[in-house]
Amino acid sequence: MRFAKIPDDFFPWLKYDGSLRQIGIIQLKLVLMREKIFIHTGQFCAAANEAPSGREDKPMKEPVVKIENISFKYDEQEGYALKDLSLQVYDGEWLAIVGHNGSGKSTLAKLMNGLQYPLEGTIEICGIRLNKETVWETRKLVGMVFQSPDNQFVGTTVQDDVAFGLENNGVPRGEMVKRVIASLEKVHMEKFLDQEPHHLSGGQKQRVAIAGVLALQPKIIILDEATSMLDPRGREEVLETIRELKGTNQLTVISITHDLEEAAKADRIIVMNRGRLYKEGTPEEIFQMDEELVELGLDIPFSVKISKKLREKGIPLDKFYLSEEELVAQLWTSHSSK
Amino acid sequence: MDISLQQVEYRYQANTPFETLAIQDVSIDFPSGQYYAIIGHTGSGKSTVLQHLNAILRPTKGIVQIGDRTVTNEKKQKNLKEIRRRVGIVFQFPEHQLFEETVEKDICFGPMNFGVSEEKAKELARKTIKQVGLPEEILSKSPFDLSGGQMRRVAIAGVLAMEPDVLVLDEPTAGLDPRGRREIMEMFYRLHKERNLSTILVTHSMEDAARYADKIVIMHQGRVYKEGTAEEIFASPEGLIELGLDVPEVVRFQQKVEKTFGKKLSKICLTLDELTDEIKELLRGGDRK
Repeated sequence: MRFAKIPDDFFPWLKYDGSLRQIGIIQLKLVLMREKIFIHTGQFCAAANEAPSGREDKPMKEPVVKIENISFKYDEQEGYALKDLSLQVYDGEWLAIVGHNGSGKSTLAKLMNGLQYPLEGTIEICGIRLNKETVWETRKLVGMVFQSPDNQFVGTTVQDDVAFGLENNGVPRGEMVKRVIASLEKVHMEKFLDQEPHHLSGGQKQRVAIAGVLALQPKIIILDEATSMLDPRGREEVLETIRELKGTNQLTVISITHDLEEAAKADRIIVMNRGRLYKEGTPEEIFQMDEELVELGLDIPFSVKISKKLREKGIPLDKFYLSEEELVAQLWTSHSSK
Repeated sequence: MDISLQQVEYRYQANTPFETLAIQDVSIDFPSGQYYAIIGHTGSGKSTVLQHLNAILRPTKGIVQIGDRTVTNEKKQKNLKEIRRRVGIVFQFPEHQLFEETVEKDICFGPMNFGVSEEKAKELARKTIKQVGLPEEILSKSPFDLSGGQMRRVAIAGVLAMEPDVLVLDEPTAGLDPRGRREIMEMFYRLHKERNLSTILVTHSMEDAARYADKIVIMHQGRVYKEGTAEEIFASPEGLIELGLDVPEVVRFQQKVEKTFGKKLSKICLTLDELTDEIKELLRGGDRK
């Protein structure tokens, strides 16, 4: 491990002007920095310019995350937050992890990013065993977007915020500017470069947070309830952005959510219950669970609910539909073929 | 207690270069005992309206009538304590405001602040903790050892312990899982009925508004865009969709069906049962042709 070079303008605020206000700002910035380094990607120490090689051209279905028999318990709690959990996440897939509050899904996210370490079991990210020595390396591969749009905005403007992780990485200025613009373009926020956070909506802030992660060119992006504090329009904006990115970037998306409508659009769903993996399958398979999901504290998508109700009322349907469009089309077909 | 807003306008940082108009010409009556839902985008002015309901903000124009108190821009208000007690606000993520060593102390803080004796406050704590669906034993625990859902209930009990007449709820279910959401909303509805409260719910959820509220107020760009019963509001969902607002799932589905079949159902459905009955009728209609 070696220290990255710190660019000359990295601590611009250290040109101290003697005011108390500036001390306050410095303190605040340092606190925010510490948080962000810790949370965001934490690559203060890791070498910036050497991309881990040999992971570009692996075929699909290759696991990028391999979790084997992990257990985890928080110091102050009696029960296990995660118990004997094994799962794999495949290259390029969109995996939704759903579960009630306290089911262990956020703990799982923290473990995948090395914010906590399992008591038992192992986690591999792109073939690298995750531990205290490799955490800086693996965090380059895994970017995280958190729930609250406000708590993860560090910069004073949109472009500063996206540049933050790159600065920490010692990315040269020219390259940094390019990457900031490119990642903001990907989330359609390039027109907001010099906007301050309080002028942005929740959805816009979350998209900037996503751009901040993208700028670091991770392999995997974890959304930890990233849409749960947004209004319906903000939620749709963020999900649309993720869908586009997934299409173009060969990104693996792990989305931790209670929003079943969101999960219905994933490639695969994992249901967590009381720290254990309860069930795994495609959205079709998972939503056939029906009332069982409700008992787990979850819900079922509207199109499944109405399919069920229609069947109860004697309208023949071959399955529970996961999309409203499909269901309406089916109703129309059966109507017009009479 | 009735609350009424009459042509209320509010400007943040009035008479400074940073002045922003947050709401204008807002007139809404919240009669005693009614359940109202206020809906709108982030930035539509709903939080500003909320802060007028117990005189946190004074209108820059217009009149706010809270019970027998009149709040205007003219004179500085004194003795707002009684209003603050009678209009209880459950803010977003209220669990962030917990701070005491025990749940009991936390719940007692509000009432004691309003001059209730410690003994009486403890009695209120025991009563309200049950009302929010938690066991009495929890009173002696530290609020920080509880789960997120329990913490939220404790925070809500703290507001209920002040025995308000009006309960104002700002996105009370944000961040909860579907079961938690359902339980909390059912709990508020039960309290609304049992204690004959006026309830004012600020929400993004059209489902909750349609299910619980007697009246719905839609805010848009600082003004009241529409006010009415759920049936009235969702009779023309197109307008709401144009504003980028959600409509309830049932209404959305009905629209898709009507579009595909090229005809209107006989009424606006607000429940799954109504809608599936109507669809059944529609499909049967095909038989007769």
